[in-house]
Amino acid sequence: MERNLHYLKGSFLKDRLFANNFIITLLFVLLALAPLFLSDFRTNLLGKFIAYAILALGIDLIWGYTGILSLGHGVYFGLGAYCMAMYLKLEASNGKLPDFMSWSGQKVLPWFWKPFVYAPVAIILSVLVPAILALIIGYLTFKNRIKGVYFSILTQALSIIFVVLFVGQQAYTGGTNGITNFKTIFGFPLSSSSTKVTLYYVALGFLILAFLFCRWIVQSRFGKVLIAIRDSENRARFSGYNPAIYKTFVYCISAGLAGLAGALFVPQVGIISPAEMGIVPSVEMVIWVAIGGRGTLVGAVIGAILVNSLKSMVSEGFPAAWSYFIGISFVAVVIFMPYGLAGLLNQIKRKIYTQKSVKQYSSAALNILEESGCDEYVG
Amino acid sequence: MLDAICGRVKPAEGKIIFKGIKDVTEMSEHQIVELGIGRKFQVPSVFMGITIYENMELAAARKRSLYSTLFTKLSKEQMERIQDVLQKIGLYEKRYRTPAALSHGEKQWLEIGMLLVQQPEIMLLDEPVAGMGRKETDKTGRLLKEISEKCSVIVVEHDMEFVREYADKVTVLHEGRLLDEGNMHEIQENPKVMEVYLGRGGEGCD
Repeated sequence: MERNLHYLKGSFLKDRLFANNFIITLLFVLLALAPLFLSDFRTNLLGKFIAYAILALGIDLIWGYTGILSLGHGVYFGLGAYCMAMYLKLEASNGKLPDFMSWSGQKVLPWFWKPFVYAPVAIILSVLVPAILALIIGYLTFKNRIKGVYFSILTQALSIIFVVLFVGQQAYTGGTNGITNFKTIFGFPLSSSSTKVTLYYVALGFLILAFLFCRWIVQSRFGKVLIAIRDSENRARFSGYNPAIYKTFVYCISAGLAGLAGALFVPQVGIISPAEMGIVPSVEMVIWVAIGGRGTLVGAVIGAILVNSLKSMVSEGFPAAWSYFIGISFVAVVIFMPYGLAGLLNQIKRKIYTQKSVKQYSSAALNILEESGCDEYVG
Repeated sequence: MLDAICGRVKPAEGKIIFKGIKDVTEMSEHQIVELGIGRKFQVPSVFMGITIYENMELAAARKRSLYSTLFTKLSKEQMERIQDVLQKIGLYEKRYRTPAALSHGEKQWLEIGMLLVQQPEIMLLDEPVAGMGRKETDKTGRLLKEISEKCSVIVVEHDMEFVREYADKVTVLHEGRLLDEGNMHEIQENPKVMEVYLGRGGEGCD
C-alpha cells in the first residue's frame, strides 16, 4: 500500500511539472510563430517585450525567489543598453566622432568609448558592466546586513544618481536625448525587415537560454538556499550558509540578465535615453513580475509580455488612460491574486489534479481492499 | 547566553572557548555552525517555501559554497541520514509537503531534525517545548534524550516538569550569574535557589 501511494504521489508531481513545462513550451512556440502572423511593426514591438521578459526573469530571481525588492533595475538595464548603443553609434558614425559629441564640443573619442568599436567586446560588457556594479553594491549592502525597505530605497537612490549622471555628462552619454540614430548592426541595415525579424529571433533565442539558465538555478540546491534565505534568513545562517554571498551572487546574475535585456532592446528600438533608467520604469518592471506571478519563472515571462502588450493596446486606444490602468490592475492583483497570474493558474491546476487524484486514490484504495480480501467494505 | 555562543550577539567582554582552541566570539554565525554548534530558536523557524525533504537537504549538506550548491548532489550517506532522521522525528510520510501543512509541534521537530542532520557536537535549544501539549512535550523529551547520546544538548527551559523528567544536569542562572549546578533533586534542595525563585513569592505573601 505504501508503495502504491508513493507511486501516486510521484505521478501527481510529474503531472504538475508536465503542466508547467507545457505552458512554457506553448508560449515559446507561439512566440516563434508570431512573426508569421504579425506585421513588421508588431513583431518589432513583441521583440522589445521579449527583451523585457529576460529582465523580468532576473527580477524574479532576486525578488520572487530571494525576497529582495530591487527598485533600481532600470540602471542595470540601461547600462547594458548603453554598452550596445555605444557600439551601434560608433558603427553608424563610420570611424568618425559620434554626432552628439561634436555638438557638445568634444574633439576626440573618450578612452572608455574605444573598446566599444568591437561588437564582441560591447556585447560581453553589456552583461559584465551591470554585473560588476551589482557585485560592488550588493557586496557592500548585503555584507552589512542592509535589507528590506532600506535596500529598496538604496536602489532607488542608485537609479536617481545614474539618471542625473547620464543627463549631466552630455558629451559622453548624449544627455537627455540619449544615444540614437543608428544605421546598421554588424553591417546589416537596422531598418530592413529581414534584420528586424532576425533580431526578433535572436531575442527569443536568448529568452529561451535565459529561461533554461534560471530554471537550472532554481531547481538546484542553490535555488533552495535562495528560498531559504527569503523564508528565514536567520535559520539559513544557522544552517551554515552565508546569506551575504548568496544574495550578492544572485543580485549579480539578475543585473547581468537586465544588461542582456538592455543590449537586445537597443537595436530593436533604436534609442536608449536616461529616462529608461529612472525610478518609474524600474518600478514598472517589478509590477510586470508581480502581475505575472513572482516566484515562478513562467509567471515572470508571461507578466512582462502580457503587461507590455496591454500597455501598447491601451495607450493606442486611450493614450491618457495607461497609468490609471496599470495602477488599478496592480492593486487588483495584489488584493485578489497575491501570487499573480501564475498563482491563479496553479490554483486551477491544483483543483483539477486534486479531483483527479481523489479518483485515483479511491480506485487504488478499492484495489487494496479487494486484494486484502475486505470485500464487505467494498460492497 | 545561547545567542552569544552561536554568534547572534557579540558579548561586550570575555571570550567563549569551544573545545579549548577556538574563540567563537571572533567568528560569524555560519563559521560557528561549521565548528559543530547547532542552534534552535524558540519560535519554530523552518523554510516554508520548500518541501520538508528539501529543508533537510539544505541542513544536511556538508559543503555550503556557491559552487557546491549549484553543481553537486548529496552523497548517498547524507541521503540515508536524512531518511533516518525523518523517521525518527516522524515526518517521513510527509516529506514531500511544505512545512506550512505541519502543526506547531511538528515544525519544532523538523527544526530539531534539521539540526540533527547537521551532525553538530553541541546543540543549543531555546525553549523547545514552549506551546506544546503534554504528549508533544513528552515526545520532544524522548527525542532529545536519544539525541543526547550522540552529542551534547543544552536546553533553556522554564517548564520545570519537563526539566525534572529529562534533564541530566541542571544549571540555574540568576541575573547573569551561576547560582547552582547539579541534578534536579540537588537543585531543588538548594536554599539559595529556593530563595531566588520561590522565596520572593513567599515574602510577598507574608
